[in-house]
Amino acid sequence: MSQFTSRRRMLFGTAAVGAGVVLAGCTSNEPSDEPAANDQPAASDDKPGKEVTIGYAGPQADHGWLNAVNVQAKNRAAKYEDVTFEVTEGSNDTATQIGQIETLINKKVDVLVVLPADGKALTQVGLKAMRAGIPVVNLDRVFNSPQAYRSYVGGDNYGMGLNAGHYIGEKLKDKENARVVELAGLDNLELTRQRTQGFDDALKNYPNIQKVARQAADFTVESGQAKMAQLLQAQSSFDALWNHDDDQGVGALRAIEQAGRDDFLMVGGAGALAAMQAIEADDGVLKATVLYPPTMAASAIDVARALGQGKGISGLAEFEVPSSLTLYSAVVDKENVGQYMSTGFK
Amino acid sequence: MTQPVSPPRGSTGGTGGTGEEVPKASGKSGPRVAFARADVRTLSLLGVLAALVLIGGITAPDAFLDTRNLQLVLTQASVIGVVTVGMTFVIVSGGIDLSVGAIVALASVWATTVATQEFGFAGILFTAVAVGVGCGLVNGVLVAYGGMVPFIATLAMLASARGLALQITDGSTQVVTVSSVLDLGERDAYVLGIPPLVLVFAVVTVIGWLVLNRTTFGRRTVAVGGNAEAARLAGIDVRRQRLYLYVLSGLCCGIAAFLLIVLSGSGQNTNGNLYELDAIAAAIIGGTLLTGGRGTIVGSVLGVLIFTTITNIFALNNLQTDVQQIAKGAIIVAAVLVQRRTASTT
Repeated sequence: MSQFTSRRRMLFGTAAVGAGVVLAGCTSNEPSDEPAANDQPAASDDKPGKEVTIGYAGPQADHGWLNAVNVQAKNRAAKYEDVTFEVTEGSNDTATQIGQIETLINKKVDVLVVLPADGKALTQVGLKAMRAGIPVVNLDRVFNSPQAYRSYVGGDNYGMGLNAGHYIGEKLKDKENARVVELAGLDNLELTRQRTQGFDDALKNYPNIQKVARQAADFTVESGQAKMAQLLQAQSSFDALWNHDDDQGVGALRAIEQAGRDDFLMVGGAGALAAMQAIEADDGVLKATVLYPPTMAASAIDVARALGQGKGISGLAEFEVPSSLTLYSAVVDKENVGQYMSTGFK
Repeated sequence: MTQPVSPPRGSTGGTGGTGEEVPKASGKSGPRVAFARADVRTLSLLGVLAALVLIGGITAPDAFLDTRNLQLVLTQASVIGVVTVGMTFVIVSGGIDLSVGAIVALASVWATTVATQEFGFAGILFTAVAVGVGCGLVNGVLVAYGGMVPFIATLAMLASARGLALQITDGSTQVVTVSSVLDLGERDAYVLGIPPLVLVFAVVTVIGWLVLNRTTFGRRTVAVGGNAEAARLAGIDVRRQRLYLYVLSGLCCGIAAFLLIVLSGSGQNTNGNLYELDAIAAAIIGGTLLTGGRGTIVGSVLGVLIFTTITNIFALNNLQTDVQQIAKGAIIVAAVLVQRRTASTT
């Protein structure tokens, strides 16, 4: 009996190990093309200058856009011979991120670039760095106090909604009683409210358009599919859809396909590569996406380098780096998608 | 003694025999009273579901009372439903599995890497199931033979599996290109109007019910949950039983991951977010004791359907996230109170 058991166990063990080996071969995601490096001209000049050490603390890259942000920062820093890049392991935990930034302060980096998991919660550590004489470039999620950063670089959530609303408004302006649906992102975030506010404000310019439904997903494909399926069931006909986020848009498009609907135009958000490819192919409902450019991280590195070298930004009259840079949320559609394709993220 | 699953078949004869073979588990009450309570409990769940259907029918008559909506609700329930069946077994045995959401995430991303997708339908299905079973095996060994508390062992698995899933995807969304997998989620694949995902859910439910109520394995599970020491003295290999149960839960997670891949057409490391809480909540609402020794598959499935129907009604009425969350909490409390009251007055 015991012999039988042991043989069975051995067989099972062998099978398990075998399966493990087969599976291990499957974790590879090759071929993965590296996200295209951003070849736009640098904000300050490209000529090598004073050596600068830039410390970078970003969030955990658990989402396509956030990953793209980290990659953009790294690639941009690698472009400059005079920049030494000190990067911390990304974290979404406020306490962890505070610890990481304090470590960078202790290492006496020349400039800090911080994309906080939560802007308000990290204000204190931003102040601490500034007091220690390290200029802070606050990326995207803004600190509570302007004293906590030297320069802010970020996207425009309100503008994103505004531009999405105007794009849809222009497309539907000749249509009577047009109906519009909104698939929002995570409602717990302030940025989602700003996007919705911008969208609503833009639609007010078009009295023929009415927003008939809004549901919030949570930036995941799964939630995008689930919420979109319900919206399609709730609204048997509508003319346009704005989806805040291209990642959840993968799920939303899946739900639209499963429901067999193609009677409306869809506008996405953020600017994922898959969305841009779909816009270029023009074979589905997705006609445009409103950017929330991850290239802002590359710009933040440029700003940090300029700060470290005591330069202004070329093209501007001032000798100093501006205290705030809010980026424009361009609408990418079939007309201009070629220009933006290289900034699309996976 | 503690086999309260009788409806909908209601055959008390089969379950009545179990009392002789296993040690008395949790019973202060005699078998008949237990059966009556179980009946009432399930009936009260059906009552809650009927009330929800009524509310849905009144508030959104066109969209709610529609074949497509029934298909939609059942499809959305399938993924979490399969997870909940596995979870019910674990909870009945006195354990808990906090890692289900993370296992679904890991299995779904492992099964959708470029390398796995080269093996087509079979590769994706095999990988999803194998990863689920593998994780369950690790959980089971840690709990049964490593002497770890289930809460801690599966919490550790939660963290590691999510981490590994993140490492595999790098935060990006892995879109499935294997058409045979995608086709399974399309309307054309429906069998007599029933989506294939719902069929899988139904099969898993029936098998789960049979195993828990009609097999030695099921009786042993209840016995271990009721009183592990008594079960051991009665000659049950408690440790091996526990091992099997975590493997079973992992298997269900693997199947659920495959369903999620079909549904969303992709794999993402944020998949299965908070499934552990949803599955535990559905099982508890369904009448499964968190302390083990008692539980019903039918109740758990009804619990899942109640949650999914609530979400559906909210979305169809365009209620926003804040209202949804407040109402969901209130409905959980109400459902449990109604159930407890009806059960105790019998």
